[in-house]
Amino acid sequence: MTAAIEFRKVTRSFGSVRAVDDVTLDVAAGEFFSMLGPSGSGKTTCLRLIAGFELPNSGHILLDGVDVSDVPPYDRDVNTVFQDYALFPHMSVLENVEYGLKVRHVAAEERHKRAAEMLALVKLSDFGERRPNQLSGGQRQRVALGRALINRPKVLLLDEPLGALDLKLREAMQIELKALQRELGITFVFVTHDQGVALSMSDRVAVFDRGRIVQVDTPRGLYSRPRNSFVAEFVGGANVLSAKLASSLLGLATPVAVRPEQMRILPAGASGEAGWVACPGTVADSQYHGATLRVQVRTSDGQLLTVARPESSEGDDSVRTGAAVQVAWPRTSVVELETERG
Amino acid sequence: MNVTGGGALSAAGGWSRGLSTFFYRRPNQYVLLLLVPPLLWFGTVYLGSLFSLLLQSFYSINDFTAEIVREPTLATYKQLLTQPAHVDIILRTMTMAIAVTVACSLIGFPVAYYMARYATPRMKTFFYIAVLLPMWTSYLVKVYAWRLILAKSGMLTWLLDTIGLGRALDAALATPVIGGPTLASSYIGMFIVFVYMWLPYMILPIHAALERVPRSLIQASADLGAKPGQTFRNVILPLAFPGVAAGSVFTFSLTLGDYIIPGVVGAPGYFIGMMVYQQQGLAGNIPLAAAFSVVPIVIIAIYLTIVKRFGAFDAL
Repeated sequence: MTAAIEFRKVTRSFGSVRAVDDVTLDVAAGEFFSMLGPSGSGKTTCLRLIAGFELPNSGHILLDGVDVSDVPPYDRDVNTVFQDYALFPHMSVLENVEYGLKVRHVAAEERHKRAAEMLALVKLSDFGERRPNQLSGGQRQRVALGRALINRPKVLLLDEPLGALDLKLREAMQIELKALQRELGITFVFVTHDQGVALSMSDRVAVFDRGRIVQVDTPRGLYSRPRNSFVAEFVGGANVLSAKLASSLLGLATPVAVRPEQMRILPAGASGEAGWVACPGTVADSQYHGATLRVQVRTSDGQLLTVARPESSEGDDSVRTGAAVQVAWPRTSVVELETERG
Repeated sequence: MNVTGGGALSAAGGWSRGLSTFFYRRPNQYVLLLLVPPLLWFGTVYLGSLFSLLLQSFYSINDFTAEIVREPTLATYKQLLTQPAHVDIILRTMTMAIAVTVACSLIGFPVAYYMARYATPRMKTFFYIAVLLPMWTSYLVKVYAWRLILAKSGMLTWLLDTIGLGRALDAALATPVIGGPTLASSYIGMFIVFVYMWLPYMILPIHAALERVPRSLIQASADLGAKPGQTFRNVILPLAFPGVAAGSVFTFSLTLGDYIIPGVVGAPGYFIGMMVYQQQGLAGNIPLAAAFSVVPIVIIAIYLTIVKRFGAFDAL
């Protein structure tokens, strides 16, 4: 089966900056695929390359096996939900949704029918006559979604579509989007800097750093087997132990990652359990997060480790700032990482 | 809390601090203080003079004594709209204003479009200055300069001869009504000067409207399958139209009201502005001058109503 989207050694530079640097990538048809990375990592440029708003300086982009590297956006079977929604302010909601059909010369009757169906799908049937500026953020998002889906694209691109919504709405939209994708069977490419959103919604996630893809994996794979310290820290919020610390504690030559919830704090003098690694340090800070308490411990060579532990109702003196403690974790929880490129 | 510091501050503040606090607590009175002087000025000087102008147009003049009869009557308007010479003036002025407006928008739109969407910041600055530079010069100097440019032995004729378009110029000047012996004494010449004069007033509002169209809207249109021409018609033009409308109100009303250009350049034949100038000055017929002044106001009002019907201001 041909991939829905294929990048072959794609590079896109702006001046001297390589926004997308030699990226090779396959997205399977019907997949919910996320592009995750901090701002400026090249994920949005990748999305724009798929849409056709940017053309690659070198390399090839294939949609459904066809090379579209030089094809303008209006000839690509791909639609986009924009970060700012980009609804046409001078058109009603219905006209916005119809737009894709209108410019493709679909007869008015058919157009109205399909637009009405689409409005029903995004639960805006009663809002067809309104103007975009008369809608709430969540409703605008649905209009943008409906407008992008009306042409029945093979691929739907979503550029941080949840960024402008408040937490509750965001969670509701997340569930709805996922349900919609399952129902329509369209390939979704979802750009986000929010690792929580990416992990919870995606079939696979590509992690971007400085224009390159560091790792492509399932959410579980990314979380449990991060390839390097960037992925470990950005996706899992993991503690990355330098190669030096790792070799003195574990006898390993590479940096390693240990997730905060797998670490424990022990009293300074306690002897470790079998199969556990312990490292002395002092408590630098702690934050209360409701269900968990996150404690930062500074090791003797200055590295800061974060420990997350379930919050117990009885207060605990051992995590006072400045207290001498040990941080311990099971040897099996250690993930060896690749040494990162400069 | 630093008690001593607070005391020092309030002592140093004195009455001005007290006044600031007074207005800070009463924002409505502050706004009132800000608005009353300009509103007074606007109300009396601006609206007042406009109103007295309107009032004058309903007076009439006694043909024998040349005195103004201060009794409301429609006689002046009747005179304005029934005398063929007056109707000619109105039609001539309107035709010129429409032609100038159309030409300004056709020339102005591509320039504004380039400035708003393609020019680099450097290029944009250059264009701003280029558009505004003529407005730094005296109006009269420009008009008389144009008379020289358009003269029979002037620069434009020479230029057209040099590039081999002299014949085309002769043909244009031979056209009845708009032609004439030279460019400087034809309606074509007058049209050129008007377009030159008012072009900045068209470019700037269109540019401002185009600047406000987010790039993502144009991309969204292309994304949904619209070819560049369709995007232009369906998205860019409707959103830029308020700018075109604003610019055309400028070019239209400026042409309707101008009384210098038609006197310096172009064929003989009165324009509304000249008529107003002459009636209120030499002839002392203030009511007729006032009635003539009302014509542009009415035309612009009708124009705006039509434009609004077409939805020009929906995107505002």
